[in-house]
Amino acid sequence: MADTISFLKPRESVLSRRAAIIADLTELLPPECLVHEARELVPFETDAFVSYRRLPLAVALPKTTAQVAAVMKYCNRYGIPVVPRGAGTSLSGGAIPQEDAVVLGLSKMSRILEVDYANRTATVQAGVTNLNISEAVGIDGFFYAPDPSSQLACTIGGNIGMNSGGAHCLKYGVTTNNLLGVKMVLVDGTVIELGGKHLDAAGYDLLGLVCGSEGQLGIVTEAVVRLIAKPEGARPVLFGFDTSEHAGACVADIIGSGIIPVAIEFMDKPAIEICEAFAHAGYPLDVEALLIVEVEGSEAEMDAMLKAIVEIAGRHGVKTVRESQSATEAALIWKGRKSAFGATGRIADYICMDGTVPLGKLSYVLNKTSEIIDRFGLRVANVFHAGDGNMHPLILFNANDPEDAARAEEAGNEILKLCVDAGGCLTGEHGVGIEKRDLMRHQYSEADLNQQMAVRYAFDEDWILNPSKVFPLDGRPAA
Amino acid sequence: MTLIPNSEADAAYIIRNAANDGKKLALCGGNTRAGFGNSAEPAEMMNSTGLSGIVDYEPAEMVMTVKAGTPVAEIEATLAANRQIMAFEPMDHRGVMGTLGEPTIGGVFAANVSGPRRFVSGAARDSLLGIRFINGRGEAIRAGGRVMKNVTGLDLVKLLAGSQGTLGFLTEVTFRVLPVPQTAETIVISGLDDAAAAKAMAAAMALPVEVSGAAHLPQTVRFRFLGGALPSGEATVLRLEGLAASVSVRAEKLAAVMEAFGPVSRLGLEESQTLWRQIRDVYPYSDGTLKPVWRVSIAPSAGHQLVAALRLETGVDAFYDWQGGLVWMRMEADPEADLLRRYIRALGGGHATLLRASDAVRAQTQAFEPAPDAVAALSARVKQKLDPAGIFCPGKMG
Repeated sequence: MADTISFLKPRESVLSRRAAIIADLTELLPPECLVHEARELVPFETDAFVSYRRLPLAVALPKTTAQVAAVMKYCNRYGIPVVPRGAGTSLSGGAIPQEDAVVLGLSKMSRILEVDYANRTATVQAGVTNLNISEAVGIDGFFYAPDPSSQLACTIGGNIGMNSGGAHCLKYGVTTNNLLGVKMVLVDGTVIELGGKHLDAAGYDLLGLVCGSEGQLGIVTEAVVRLIAKPEGARPVLFGFDTSEHAGACVADIIGSGIIPVAIEFMDKPAIEICEAFAHAGYPLDVEALLIVEVEGSEAEMDAMLKAIVEIAGRHGVKTVRESQSATEAALIWKGRKSAFGATGRIADYICMDGTVPLGKLSYVLNKTSEIIDRFGLRVANVFHAGDGNMHPLILFNANDPEDAARAEEAGNEILKLCVDAGGCLTGEHGVGIEKRDLMRHQYSEADLNQQMAVRYAFDEDWILNPSKVFPLDGRPAA
Repeated sequence: MTLIPNSEADAAYIIRNAANDGKKLALCGGNTRAGFGNSAEPAEMMNSTGLSGIVDYEPAEMVMTVKAGTPVAEIEATLAANRQIMAFEPMDHRGVMGTLGEPTIGGVFAANVSGPRRFVSGAARDSLLGIRFINGRGEAIRAGGRVMKNVTGLDLVKLLAGSQGTLGFLTEVTFRVLPVPQTAETIVISGLDDAAAAKAMAAAMALPVEVSGAAHLPQTVRFRFLGGALPSGEATVLRLEGLAASVSVRAEKLAAVMEAFGPVSRLGLEESQTLWRQIRDVYPYSDGTLKPVWRVSIAPSAGHQLVAALRLETGVDAFYDWQGGLVWMRMEADPEADLLRRYIRALGGGHATLLRASDAVRAQTQAFEPAPDAVAALSARVKQKLDPAGIFCPGKMG
């Protein structure tokens, strides 16, 4: 287990009262909603950032907003840290607990409360999975746009916590652009509503602030999200290139030409091989870099856009162009891409970086990334959202070798600093969590960070909400 | 006297001193949106017009960085030369507010000003990627960045967007731009009453034709648009944009469905552009009067119900954008704030902003929708963290 990243020292005042706290929680929740036996706590000790684990004090799995409020109020009163959790798919350690924390899991709040086609909204509980929403409204010709690769498992509450993105965000935006309202429990147990079926905030945009706040401002229990009419058709096309530079330049040219596909995904050779072996999607194995470009609309519209894109790719020496010939083929192409992380996990341990860079810097950053990886004697597979510059180098290592793991972490940090220095940021869609917390000063000045932390204080004066995350542990200003 | 800092450092210096002296500052850009918000306490004006110019523009990356006081007109001209636009169609308030001067980009983002495309393409705040601003302590703060996907830390960008100059003084903004749609066409359905129009617009939005504007112009306002050239009767208008080949196909499809609602006619690119600019700028109520004008955001299906309920009790004229979810209302006499807000709550919630009124009316009316106690308290705490001495536009928003 890696140990470079530290957690806050557990509060002795909490640890020493463990039995009493569990007894009190038993009063607040039905028996099936509270987990506290050591053995049963194990599934909650980490998330998809598996190198770090901490056993929580207890896990509350409330069924109602009122129960969430009761637990929150109680924990706030006694200064007990609370770590919110959706499906635990965070790649940055956003849901990893700590020894003195109560995990507040929203998985039992998983109902779609209302679908309103006249207003194109869905009102859902926070534990509903991302894909559930699109599945529920798909038959009526609608969908919910943000589509993280983990959409089968990840919850809308977690998506709001991390302001999650996905492959199709190039056209439709990320969670914050598709979120209309939330019901949320504040740290003292007060329940508030922000937004609704109408657009834009009255007063300060607290909804915009809450989205992506990594569970540090409150617990979202319900959300109103925007539904969109499904396009008539969608067609992913594979473009194979001899070098990553050619693929990168092609992406910049497509965007620069005024065509905005729904998605432009990039894979390098290692990623192509890993994903093809897993999904048998028909990815070309004789190329160094692959773009999946998806266009949507009517047949005429897709034809027109594809024609223009093929022409641009031709100018960049494209080697293979393969259009999906059926819905099954299209689904396979996406299955391969969306399983990239899981498929990589079959062959090695990995950590996934998430920096974003300006489009013009894609090739430069890819090259520098390989240099860094070579220097550390590691391997990397690159698979990412090229259309918006959101890179995902997967650094492969052996978790049983502590030195290898430390090298991987160090290489990852260098890559993220590279992204920031190229004019980008540390994380495009996975969140800071614990993973990038100690790099925050590389992106922000002391004054920038202090301002963010000051605003955080306005919501949670005693820092009990997901306290080990996002902000470096040292230098936190006093309330 | 108006303070006009010429650099970010200047602005920080002025604000730091003001905070020390407890001096209040009314922040603005070109002040074309003067009159927004509550009648504020007296304060010295400070504007951003001394901070002007394009800092960085990479058309191929669809991102622009400019100083906050840059005129919107200059930005639009530069974008147009590269066949790009701000997708959120910022409204020009000069007509309806009766103001003069040049709108600035800082003002657009500080007031989160969007136009007809907002309901599908997002608001100004959705295009805003990064900002620099001076907080109430006189510190220069950077938030966000210049890339489209960025979840690094708390999103102060959203918080500052729409804060009306009460949380910080914007000095620089970075925003996303989009290619100009190759062409545009507008489908007009004539003769629908407000309720039927709401149904027609909802039906249009459920089709896979990517409607990018959906407005309903009742009889009382219809003749004001396009110099009276819209067909007689109420006009429900639906805009399609994109590649020429695709727009014509989609227009056929949409027209075929809409014919079930009423007679359909079509407007080409030029008329379409004029019409949507007039809708954007609330042309019918740019009337040189001080009759109260409300801007109501509500669930699209509730917009016409709100107007129908109000009509039984007071003199009100209205038209609709955003599929019915944005209601522009001009009151005959009294603003009827309490009545209006009671109905909004009864119809599922939303918010009403008093945009224009005489000074006497404004002094007695909450311009922004009052928040429930817990949200108001939270907002006040947030304000305190950015502007501890309470020097920015005191009273404007709360």
